[in-house]
Amino acid sequence: MDFLIFKAPMLMVQASLDGILLGILFALIAYGMALQWGVMNIINIAQGDLVILGGYIAYTMYLAGIHPAWGVIVSPIIMFFVGWALYKLVINKVVDRDLFISILATFGIAIVFQQLMNFIFGADVVVAQSEYGTTMLFDNSVTLPNSKIFSAVISVLYAIALVIYMKKSRLGRAIRATAQNARAAKILGVDTEKVYAATFGINAALCGIAGALISITLTLHPYVGLPYTVRSFMIVIVAGLGNLPAVAVSGMGLGLFEEFADYILGTEFRIGAVFMLLVFILVYRRFKLSKKREYLK
Amino acid sequence: MNKLTKLFITFVSAITLTLASISSSFAKVEGDYIVLGSAISLTGKYSSNGVHTQNGYNMAVDRINKMGGVEVQGKKYKFEIIYYDDESNPKRAAQLAERLIKQDGVHYMLGPYSSGLTKAIAPVTEKYKIPMVEANGASRSLFTKGYKYLFAVLSPANQYLEVAIDLAVEKNGGKGVRIAQAFEQDAFSQDVRLGILDAAKRTGSEIIIDDKLPKELNDMAATLAKVKATKPDVLVVSGHTKGALTAIRQISEMKVDVPMLAMTHCDAAKLSKQHGKKSEYALCASQWHKNLSYKDKFFGSGKKYDADFKKEFGYAPPYQSAESSAALLVFKDAFERANSFDRDAVRDALVDTEMQTFYGNIKFGPGGQNVAKPMILFQVRCKGDDCENKVVAPTKWASDKFYHPIPKWSERS
Repeated sequence: MDFLIFKAPMLMVQASLDGILLGILFALIAYGMALQWGVMNIINIAQGDLVILGGYIAYTMYLAGIHPAWGVIVSPIIMFFVGWALYKLVINKVVDRDLFISILATFGIAIVFQQLMNFIFGADVVVAQSEYGTTMLFDNSVTLPNSKIFSAVISVLYAIALVIYMKKSRLGRAIRATAQNARAAKILGVDTEKVYAATFGINAALCGIAGALISITLTLHPYVGLPYTVRSFMIVIVAGLGNLPAVAVSGMGLGLFEEFADYILGTEFRIGAVFMLLVFILVYRRFKLSKKREYLK
Repeated sequence: MNKLTKLFITFVSAITLTLASISSSFAKVEGDYIVLGSAISLTGKYSSNGVHTQNGYNMAVDRINKMGGVEVQGKKYKFEIIYYDDESNPKRAAQLAERLIKQDGVHYMLGPYSSGLTKAIAPVTEKYKIPMVEANGASRSLFTKGYKYLFAVLSPANQYLEVAIDLAVEKNGGKGVRIAQAFEQDAFSQDVRLGILDAAKRTGSEIIIDDKLPKELNDMAATLAKVKATKPDVLVVSGHTKGALTAIRQISEMKVDVPMLAMTHCDAAKLSKQHGKKSEYALCASQWHKNLSYKDKFFGSGKKYDADFKKEFGYAPPYQSAESSAALLVFKDAFERANSFDRDAVRDALVDTEMQTFYGNIKFGPGGQNVAKPMILFQVRCKGDDCENKVVAPTKWASDKFYHPIPKWSERS
């Protein structure tokens, strides 16, 4: 039974594909986190809860008889305004403070969101049905739910659109300028307050898309946001801020790592393995930095 | 601190003390009312089942009060329950139990929802020697600690899916089967797992996959890929509603063919609402089903209970409500047999309980668990997307034929 995966090559293919498809979705959430972390220097603990809220928006549409896939358009629009409002209410008061204050503030937001979702949508686990069917490969030995393929494709499309937007649009340039040097940008006439609000809104919108995709691929529950926060935090730590290709690669890497950890270490260590990897990477980075410092000496 | 502040503090503490002493004189019996206490999850992650539990309690209180109440020493008393919301949080539940006992003077408790919260409260009720009849804590460890004041109307968790393994072995011509299992890492599911391990040993079955699912997990793709590769005879999943829903979603999407799928927390109402006919053929462990032929004079039969509950609350009662209603019947019976409000007399009466309710027979074992009622298994059967629970085991109660093996996905429309 041990290392079943090495005995059955098809399992390897299955695990790799599952991991990559899931990883792309993680990368989208992580990209939002990297963006607002880079621009505003805020670590958003409520990231996962924004994702789940986005999912509930798609689920509500599904209940109303609309196909949940439309959620990938409706949910980001609503979530953008949720993010904007959140910025105006809470985040703008902590944006210039130290990291610890913003972590506390977003942790508070996470709890409020969880309870609100629990209150509005109930504590039951819910799923939305896409009825997209399944793709079977290699004589039915590898199966891929089409909803997962759909979610990966949508994530990639949105990521590309966002990159282009950040490069070409006025707001995109303003966001990048603010990220590089907020004070200089302000002096040059960028309304940084607005940029911050828009950045937080865009991040929430990305979460909204991811949530809508999760509603048709996985399950929704008011209290499952935290693992998404942890994963995106992890991806951003590995990839660094403001580097989209690296975020995508590290997202897929994490997806693969999780799937293989599941087969090799056992399902119970799946999430544990992610945390272990996080610790390892943090230590490794510190080690590398300390080496660099020696050169400077 | 100036004089005024000191005076103020003294004044406030005096008032608080007076209030505290007044409220504790409410105590167990107040006028014509026997006051019971319960901390229950009205908010937080257990809130839906918490509300089912509360509805079950309330339904029984109304019914018993309407039908004459509880007769102790020739006088009729009515039930009343003080509820507090424990926010699905064990620490809060333990605090509230203390508050119910010490401040509100409650002498008899009803259980909260879930094994975890019952575990948090039991040491408190035990400390104050308060009899607690609980209906929603099935974890085996509750019954091995030697608690003297804890009584559970439900069957312990390790019995949930044992029947399913017996059934699989029976279908396999009495030979052992190959079992794949995935259990969440919480007290309840791990107890269910222990039950399966026992059953496997007893029947000579082999466990080929034994995955433990992290609490946060909502993706079982890896486990199911293993199942696909190893082709077991039975797949057993227990991870509360989340586990059941995730399993059905991914089994149907990955087209995993297993001859038998046994789960906990997979009420047809919940499963088919989310998944329609994809949930068909799943075997679910249940404490109760309305079609069982148990009877009592308060609710009549299971079917009658089902109809009355629907009328009152607008939805079909899940077993969580039924067992909660049964807890009140147990209390009434114990009070009348004890013919006293002395806590120890009531406790002794509870120990001697032997009765039938619409929910099943109730008789407490030495650990406080109900030993008189078997678990039942039902199979989800659908017509279109309209699914129903059909009782298939144990044979005595089976109303329908057990459908085995589950047709392959390629043959299912």
